Amino acid sequence: MNEFVNLKATELRLGLPGTDNVFEERQRVSCNKRAIQGDSENETESSTLKIEMSPPRKAQIVGWPPVRSLRKNIIQTKKNESDSEGGRGHYVKVSMDGAPYLRKIDLSCYKGYSELLKALEIMFSFSVGEYFEREGYRGSEFVPTYEDKDGDWMLIGDVPWEMFVSTCKRVRIMKGSEAKGLGCCV
Amino acid sequence: MNYFPDEVIEHIFDFIASHKDRNSISLVSKSWHKIERCSRKKVFIGNCYAINPERLIERFPSLRSLTLKGKPHFADFNLVPHEWGGFVHPWIDALAKARVGLEELRLKRMVVSDESLELLSRSFASFKSLVLVSCEGFTTDGLASIAANCRHLRELDLQENEIEDHRGQWLNCFPETSTALTSLNFSCLKGETNLAALERLVARSPNLESLKVNRAVPLDALTRLMSCAPQLVDLGVGSYENEPDQESFVKLMDAIKKCTELRSLSGFSEVAPLCLTAFYPICENLTSLNLSYAAEIQGNHLVRFIQFCKRLQRLWILDSIGDKGLEVVASTCKELQELRVFPSDLHDEEDNDTAVTEIGLVAISAGCPKLHSILYFCKQMTNAALITVAKNCPNFIRFRLCILEPNKPDHTTSQSLDEGFGAIVQACKGLRRLSVSGLLTDKVFLYIGMYAEQLEMLSIAFAGDTDKGMLYVLNGCKKMRKLEIRDSPFGNAALLADVDKYRTMRSLWMSSCEVTLGGCKRLARNAPWLNVEIINENENNDLMERNEEDEREKVDRLYLYRTVVGARKDAPPCVTIL
Repeated sequence: MNEFVNLKATELRLGLPGTDNVFEERQRVSCNKRAIQGDSENETESSTLKIEMSPPRKAQIVGWPPVRSLRKNIIQTKKNESDSEGGRGHYVKVSMDGAPYLRKIDLSCYKGYSELLKALEIMFSFSVGEYFEREGYRGSEFVPTYEDKDGDWMLIGDVPWEMFVSTCKRVRIMKGSEAKGLGCCV
Repeated sequence: MNYFPDEVIEHIFDFIASHKDRNSISLVSKSWHKIERCSRKKVFIGNCYAINPERLIERFPSLRSLTLKGKPHFADFNLVPHEWGGFVHPWIDALAKARVGLEELRLKRMVVSDESLELLSRSFASFKSLVLVSCEGFTTDGLASIAANCRHLRELDLQENEIEDHRGQWLNCFPETSTALTSLNFSCLKGETNLAALERLVARSPNLESLKVNRAVPLDALTRLMSCAPQLVDLGVGSYENEPDQESFVKLMDAIKKCTELRSLSGFSEVAPLCLTAFYPICENLTSLNLSYAAEIQGNHLVRFIQFCKRLQRLWILDSIGDKGLEVVASTCKELQELRVFPSDLHDEEDNDTAVTEIGLVAISAGCPKLHSILYFCKQMTNAALITVAKNCPNFIRFRLCILEPNKPDHTTSQSLDEGFGAIVQACKGLRRLSVSGLLTDKVFLYIGMYAEQLEMLSIAFAGDTDKGMLYVLNGCKKMRKLEIRDSPFGNAALLADVDKYRTMRSLWMSSCEVTLGGCKRLARNAPWLNVEIINENENNDLMERNEEDEREKVDRLYLYRTVVGARKDAPPCVTIL
């Protein structure tokens, strides 16, 4: 019986010692206590790998939840994008009004607003004007804004840098008359 | 004895459209059977392996419209191997050889090849309508044949198919003389679209009512399309991640304002919030809205949009709308009949407080008196909520609830959800389709067997305790047609208890259950009019050669269906027909 032999300690398994074994999780979940048959689901493989990098995920079962592949792919893409913001880099999309395509930047590469804005200016070849606490950005028709976690569009520079990095979901460089609403004085 | 000449009877039969009714008519007498079958124009075949094309044509020589379904429903969730079957080619081939005057072909979960499409396009001079749902196996080359050769094509509707995009010029293949299009849907194509060809096609199709484009149609092109097709009733748009600039926005809104007939809106695989606001002018006319692919849009933007949609009857949305958002839907959309809430987070990992819960479901049931169909993905549920929903909405025809975590109990009482679902089946006397989830014992199936008298389709996953559960359903639900079960402890006793029951059903699916090879073999012996298919993707596939011990081996996937044409000949190696 298991009380005499600690089989678990000597068990060979994927993942670092101390992390949950994903197969045990699966068995608990399936009434049948049967390991998942050869599945070709990419998600399952990637989850096995991810055990080593992040806290153990809940078991991934073939064909569950019952959502069509088309939908799964769309959501998986979004998830991967937001996952990459989690640990290793805080990537956000940057769009500029009138530009044909977006760019992506890693906010964790910058130490503060001045570095960030300089990088944006170089990326999109524009200049952002000077920031004033009351009036916003003066001296340019471009205004840097960002969408925060609540879905609201805010002026870049108003909140402390750390708060900005943790709440910023995407960046938009507004141009022209629209920008006026947010406090741009041209 | 007929009191009227055959022609008169035939004329009367013309008024009977439903295939179920026509099937009933054909059973009345030999004479009626003959008149009916010779005059039948539309045939629906729910399982392409239940019959073969030759017998179909023999019985219905005047066939004009054919609907065929192939793979079982769980194929949508990758539970059926790609090569399983459901090939349409033999059907098209037989219809062509018999010179049937085919005008319409509707396929679901079938394998379609470019050769099939080419043959189709060349064989039927009056061909008008092609609808493909969840099919695969073809490329845009096949579409090019359809476009080029079907002179009278009115409808080309491609829904959620796997189509290899060869980035060809299939849209260019519609001849300049083609002006009869009423419906064009290519939203599932992944590649580039020839915008100029599309615009010319739309411009010369004055009867076009339904247009659904793919991701690759940018905003300015959409604006031009809408400007030359203000008669559109049903529009599917592309992907608009970027906010439009002022000028584009104004042009778009102007074009949208002119589409006063627009009733249905979909697409939006991404949509920037401002872009969504351009559609405000037509919101109050909308009866159908599908925003369920817009994974990045925040709940508050969705809510602001829906607030204007007072006439909505059908809404497909993501759970990012949240309970608060559903409360807004409940107070705004009093005409709502069908609601689908899809998950935006598949693995229940994030501590996501914004997704929907039982609160949203109750709000909808209280606010929308006409609701009859629901598909609801959520992370938690309670019996109390389900009981309230049942009281508020006794008119459900379709009730599909999917709690993301298998076996999850009522989160306030830690009990099973038997009572909640029991209340649903007891109150909703017209319930035809049900999907259950969460922690469930045999008791829920006792309730289903007892009360769900009209139930035709039941989906079960991770539920039940013993064979009794499945038996309650098989014995109780007289109208059951499709039963699909996965990961539930039902075995041979339930499978074999009443073999004749399967005569009244279209099909049964059981995967990761307790049925054994021996049990399936016994069933196949006792019911030669069934195809009992074992799907097994492992190497050792000589299931018929197995000895006594192996009979006790559990079957991974079982799919059985009634048929009048015996075992099919096109099964791949991973499928054994007992």
